[in-house]
This record gives sequence, structure tokens and C-alpha cells, in this order.
Amino acid sequence: MDPMTHRQQVLFLWLEHSDLDGRVVAWTFHDGADRGDRHDAAPYANGVAALRDGWRLIQTSPIPLPAPGAETVRGRLEHEFMFERIVPID
Amino acid sequence: MMASPTLLDTDQMASFVARGFLAFPGLIDEDLNAPAIEELEAILATWGSDARPFAPSSGQRLDEIYPEPSAIGAVLRHPVVAGAVQSLVGTDAVFDHDFVHLRPPGDLSQQKLHADAIIDSNRAFDVQVFYFPHEVTDDGGGTGFVPGTHLRLVNETDVARYHHVAGERQWVGPAGSVLIFHHGMWHRGMPNPGSLRRLMYKIRLNPTAPQTRLWDLAGFDERQNDASDHVFAKFRADSVAATLRHREPWLGESAYRLELVQRAALWRYLSGDDAFDVDWYQTRKELREELA
Repeated sequence: MDPMTHRQQVLFLWLEHSDLDGRVVAWTFHDGADRGDRHDAAPYANGVAALRDGWRLIQTSPIPLPAPGAETVRGRLEHEFMFERIVPID
Repeated sequence: MMASPTLLDTDQMASFVARGFLAFPGLIDEDLNAPAIEELEAILATWGSDARPFAPSSGQRLDEIYPEPSAIGAVLRHPVVAGAVQSLVGTDAVFDHDFVHLRPPGDLSQQKLHADAIIDSNRAFDVQVFYFPHEVTDDGGGTGFVPGTHLRLVNETDVARYHHVAGERQWVGPAGSVLIFHHGMWHRGMPNPGSLRRLMYKIRLNPTAPQTRLWDLAGFDERQNDASDHVFAKFRADSVAATLRHREPWLGESAYRLELVQRAALWRYLSGDDAFDVDWYQTRKELREELA
């Protein structure tokens, strides 16, 4: 990738379960190209829809491992999927 | 003479446990909002100095702070505010801290999503009262918050990565609105692209005694369910468990079930009923624990 002509966009999706076809429950978008793209509404219904739109999956969170003695306690959102897309600078 | 506090009812308490907040739109009258705005502006102008009016200290009893003629004190002593606070953190609650949040018109900055607590893993909880003396329109920088996040253990801005969460709300309401949050609620100050100066006063209060059965218990016995109230067996539509089952849009199935366990545990503490349950989750585990 030539950073003079192309940049990375990153999309985090948190899904309702650990499978990629799960419903999107939270999302964050970062635009290295600063093209003004916005995603105030959920950009996709599920993770697979992001793949079909050209996003590349680059990382997933592990399936939650219960902490002994605190099996029913949760904190951060589970089922994080991180995607990237390389786009030209406008 | 101030009217006696209006205590919360069982349904309001159960809703607070399920969702982490209670809302009282337009509760405070304009004849109190106006002096309250003056007082908040004075506090802002003198923050951190000896000139700050009515400056309370952490650990002071709630009934000792902001004495008359303080308008903030009058808001806190409003029967509905006082009754909600008394129902949740008791008559001996103490002051933790407060702050005046200002969003000038055109301020497009946005706080990161956060919970105010450093991880508080105990069952007892604080409340945070948010008071909006002005009308807050949908472009007016009302506080954003994610209902149902209050029982998840996170530390401050560790949740800042989440820019959008399904079901997040941004407060919109008439002047004099009051929100009461469980201390664990994920929330953030939002941009104010509008033309109105947006003030918000927040105060955190700590309980000093067990928070058990402090609300208006009329009707409690009828609403309280036994452990057998199970959505996959027999269940009632009018039970406390029915209210605790409220599902937020961000909750997947596995997370939802764990939230139900947390909510049931909190209701056990509040109701003093160690046999209470929602959908048998704790009861099943406790039955097995007696075996091995």
C-alpha cells in the first residue's frame, strides 16, 4: 500500500454471539483516509455482510473464558471483530 | 415546610435494577430552575476556590449539604428526588462528589464512553443524580448513556472503544429534568451543536447502611415472585422477574442470561430475599452446590 495514495479504514463490529453471522450490537469506524465517511447508524446487520461489502477480517476476540469464581460477571463487550479496508485518498 | 419524600414503588425499583436508571422529565419547576442556574453558574465561576458557594466535603451527610437558601439544595430536597434517593441509598446517604458540566453552544467535543467508578465489584451501589435545569433538545448535548450496562465491571474509559452501542440513549427533555443512575452506568457527555448553553449538575451519593427494603413496599408482596418464576417453565407477567427480564438491544443471548443473574443477585440484596431468582439460574447452582 502506498500511503501517499491509499490508506486504511478500520471497522470494529461487536456481534451478539461468537459467529460471524451474528447481529451487530455495537460498532466503531476509523477512517485513515479522512474521507468523511460516517457510520452513525450500524453499517451492516451482521459480520458476514461486512465481508460481502469488501471488508477484510483481520482479528476476532477469543470466545469468553469464564473467570473461576466470577463466571457470571462480565465487563467489556464480547465477540469483537475487527475489519480493514484499503481505500484511495480522495 | 417541605412535603414528605415520595418513595419509589416496587416497579420503579425493579426497573432501576434492570436498566440502571430512572428518569423524571420536567420534574423541577421553572421558579426553581432559574435560581438553580444562577447557583450553578456561580459554582462554575468559583470552582476550586474558597469562594465556591455551599462547597460540600466528601463524606458529609446529604441532609447537611447545600443548606437553605441553596437552590441546588432545594432540588435535592424536592420530594420526588429525595424520595428516590432515600429509596435507593437510604436516609443516611453521604456526599461523594459533584460537578457542574457545561456544554457551550457549538461545542462539538464528545466525551469518551465511560463508567465513573473505578471497578466496584461489591453489590452495594452508589447513585448519581443528573439535573438538567434547561430544556435539552436533540441537538443540545444531552448526556448519552447505555441502559443496562450498570452491572458490568469496567474501569472508566476502558469502554471508550465503543463509539456506537445499540440502544444508547441521548437525554432529551424539558427544563428541570432529573435522571438517576446506578454508578456503573456507561455514559458520556455529547456534542452540543445547538444554540443553547447546556448546564448539567451531577452529584454522587454513597449509602452507609444496607439498601434493603427502603422503598414504598405497598404492593411488594404481590409483585415479588418465588424462585420458580421461570420463563421456560411457569412464570407470571406481573412479577418482579418480569420487569428484570427487560432486554436491551445490545445484549446477545449469552450476555443477556448473565445479566439476569446479576440483576437477580442485586434484587436479593435490595429485597432481603435470599431465595429470589429469575429463571432458576442461581437456584439451580445452589442446589448443586449442596451436593458436591
